[in-house]
Amino acid sequence: MTVSILLFLPILAALLVLLFKNETAKHAALFFAVAELGIALYFLSGFVPDASFQYVIDLPWIQDFGIYFNAGIDGISMVMVLLTTILVPLIILSTYQHTYKNARAFYALILFMQAGLLTVFTALDGFLFYVGWEAALIPIYFICALWGGQNRIRVTIKFFIYTFAGSLFMLVGIIYLYLQTPGKLYDLHEFYNAGLDAAHQSWVFWAFFLAFAIKMPLFPFHTWQPDTYTEAPAAGTMLLSGIMLKMGIYGVIRWLIPNAPLGFLQWQNLAIILSTIGIIYASLIAFNQKDGKRLVAYSSIAHVGLISAGIFAWSVQGVQGAMIQMLSHGINVVGMFFIWDIISRRLNTREISQLGGIAKVAPNFSIAFLIIVLGTVALPLTNGFVGEFLLLKGVFSYNIWFAAVAGLTIIFGAVYMLRMYKNVMQGETNQLTAIFADITASEKLVLGIICVLIIGIGVYPQAILHISEASVVKLVRSVNQNFANSKF
Amino acid sequence: MTTLIIISVLPIVLLYLGLYKAQKALLPVTLIGLLAALVTAVMQWNSNAQPIYHGMMLFNNFSVAFSVVSIISTMLILLLSKGYFEKISKHVAEYYAIILFSLAGIIVMVSYHNLTMLFIGIEIMSVSLYILAGIRKNDFASNEAALKYFLMGAFSTGFLLFGITLIYGSAGSFDLDAIRDFVVTYPRNIDPIFYIGVLLIIVGLCFKVGAAPFHFWTPDVYEGAPSLITAFMSTVVKTAGFAAFLRLFSACFITIADFWTPVLLAVTVLTLFIGNITALYQQNFKRMLAFSSISHAGYLLFAIVALGAASANSVFVYATAYSIASIIAFGALILVRQQTGSDNFEGFNGLAKSNPFLAFVITISMLSLAGIPLTAGFIGKFYMFSGALSQYKVWLVIIAVVNAIISIFYYFRVIIAMYFRDEERAVVIVPAYYKFVLGFSALATIIIGIYPSFISGLI
Repeated sequence: MTVSILLFLPILAALLVLLFKNETAKHAALFFAVAELGIALYFLSGFVPDASFQYVIDLPWIQDFGIYFNAGIDGISMVMVLLTTILVPLIILSTYQHTYKNARAFYALILFMQAGLLTVFTALDGFLFYVGWEAALIPIYFICALWGGQNRIRVTIKFFIYTFAGSLFMLVGIIYLYLQTPGKLYDLHEFYNAGLDAAHQSWVFWAFFLAFAIKMPLFPFHTWQPDTYTEAPAAGTMLLSGIMLKMGIYGVIRWLIPNAPLGFLQWQNLAIILSTIGIIYASLIAFNQKDGKRLVAYSSIAHVGLISAGIFAWSVQGVQGAMIQMLSHGINVVGMFFIWDIISRRLNTREISQLGGIAKVAPNFSIAFLIIVLGTVALPLTNGFVGEFLLLKGVFSYNIWFAAVAGLTIIFGAVYMLRMYKNVMQGETNQLTAIFADITASEKLVLGIICVLIIGIGVYPQAILHISEASVVKLVRSVNQNFANSKF
Repeated sequence: MTTLIIISVLPIVLLYLGLYKAQKALLPVTLIGLLAALVTAVMQWNSNAQPIYHGMMLFNNFSVAFSVVSIISTMLILLLSKGYFEKISKHVAEYYAIILFSLAGIIVMVSYHNLTMLFIGIEIMSVSLYILAGIRKNDFASNEAALKYFLMGAFSTGFLLFGITLIYGSAGSFDLDAIRDFVVTYPRNIDPIFYIGVLLIIVGLCFKVGAAPFHFWTPDVYEGAPSLITAFMSTVVKTAGFAAFLRLFSACFITIADFWTPVLLAVTVLTLFIGNITALYQQNFKRMLAFSSISHAGYLLFAIVALGAASANSVFVYATAYSIASIIAFGALILVRQQTGSDNFEGFNGLAKSNPFLAFVITISMLSLAGIPLTAGFIGKFYMFSGALSQYKVWLVIIAVVNAIISIFYYFRVIIAMYFRDEERAVVIVPAYYKFVLGFSALATIIIGIYPSFISGLI
């Protein structure tokens, strides 16, 4: 059993889904997505949580250039694989109430994208990483541009150009690193040992940083994000915010900081400052949003800002917090966008001011919404709490003032999220919301799973932290070793 | 060598067929003949070739590879020609014959070992192309294209010839080995005349491959000439031009690279920016392809600017990827034009709904031209970037990256028009041989994109 099954099953599934009729395609897609989850869980069951890479596949690909099809799973990758394989079936299930035209293409693209995402999360070869990175981009571009809202053409091309620009600079960085490796290989561990001096590492840092900062997105590279999230179809938004932005965060942990530790050291302050600015900036804008989906989009920038600040502080707690928070944020944000998808599908509006009193007519919906809101605002015993606590602890150990500012995200988040909940769910029902029907079986299933995960991870986070701990400790230590060596 | 003979004799056979009104036999005979040429070329592979005819020609692996790709591209383009020339004129045989004469010139261009043969090859190719550009005798644009091409072409040939004579004047030989020996033996006291010769050759060759600032003929000629001829010019001819360029510079001038690299660097940067930025403003698909072909010439120049052992491989992969993607683009253009009568981007609106297959292959082609991973175009760009970075030309690569980003705008306009702009339209009829060519090219694009070892590393 190697990771290749995980990478190729979605591609095969996508091709098979294309053969189905439009009406039955979603069932087929769900079947394959669940099968993929099954494989991931099987891998998890046999996974030894030490720092090694497991289920490794290593085949020659383009040998003249030292490129190998090399992928494997360590603790960090395992969490990302779980994130992807849990969320994709949920996202597919969440589309059950929609009837998309040309649905089989829609689901095939989702599965193609899953293959790209999993390639990114497991690649141990720079070239493979880049290919996966782009292979995830093309399907989501088409998903957003084909099934999106009114302004989709303009918005999605902006999104594409932004991310493509970032990734091309990363490609230059990858090729540059390859040329510096002693063995002329694209292997990740060769990259770690490239042994560049600090000035050159600084350039490599920026080449990677641009790509990841755009993807996450970090302030001031975020301008594509709110528009794209708003225009994309619900499933597209969930894929983007739930999984795809984690590519950027994962990239920082695995490819940015270890590849250019000395470059990172020079720009660490700036990176953390940008992250904290993003937190404050996005929170302030989220206060004033009238459109619920847009509000969630901005809140996502704020949360990601905290995650990246925790990573750039570079301590074991910070990175561990990022690992669990990536999973939690993925689950919460998918839940949140699904909530807004349900509202906008029923009522044809996302204007918060037009809503109110839904809790009275839809009790099940209101419970699920509340749990997701609480998870998002990081109430203790929900999944958000553990991650944000560890992240803040990481930032705190780096600099107390940054931690103080970054900590505002929790307060701000509570304010705008709870206010949103209040305005949408409580108060008097109006003409529009009086007819709001409670959630159907498939919606119940999705929201139920999300709520169970929110509380489950919140009560027993050790289950997740345990998976990634050894790998994170090893990675952080090896980079810190680099810092120490450079000082002498 | 047999390849060249077959390709030279074939057009004469075709002319006789035309004389005896065997119109139906023209295409099959051409294809069979080219297939035979292809087989003989492949048989030359790894035959440890030595220069023949007193060092005039050298049919080594480099030549075989480029001959093969030229012949295959020509075959694909000719497959698209079924029924195409008949609409233009009654004298169909001539067109096949002239294209094949041009191909004969191309084979000489990729296997010369003597500057006179380079000149002769370029002339055989160019003269045929002048005629082909003006193939629609009664069409004003076609006439303009032919005249422009001829005047500019003759001019550039003059430069080339002058360069060759100057080099002969100082090195005392037309032979590539002799010139190289001259450069290597007397590195310190090479005559200034020799350097001027190198510069003039650069000018002449840049004209032929359509690199800025010698590109002014390209858009008008590409637009005016019949689409099929444009396809031939922008794929096979460009590939051959770069093969000839590379052969000369890697064989003779590599040791004086410090002299000409700055010149070519400037040419490359100019070509990239001019090609891409002008393509951005085009409303016409065919004109956009013309300008994009200029920008691709810029990427191809990378291999010569960063001349090294891997250059031949990079040019080969890039040119192959670019050729097959362009063949798809031009093939689709011909079909869409036949139906809508327009070359504009609007002609592609709503194509995805009426012709999913056509839209899909065009998408593959555009993604490949834009250099998106898992297509052949990405592998080509990847090789070019690797080569340039390995010689620490980081800024050149950064400029290329900026240009690649710009190019997204205009390549994606086609995709956007096809998929995201709704328009009721009739189904474009795609004949079976078009389906074959487009499908084959799209498949090749993806296969090379996923597993480039098929064609890379050959030379």
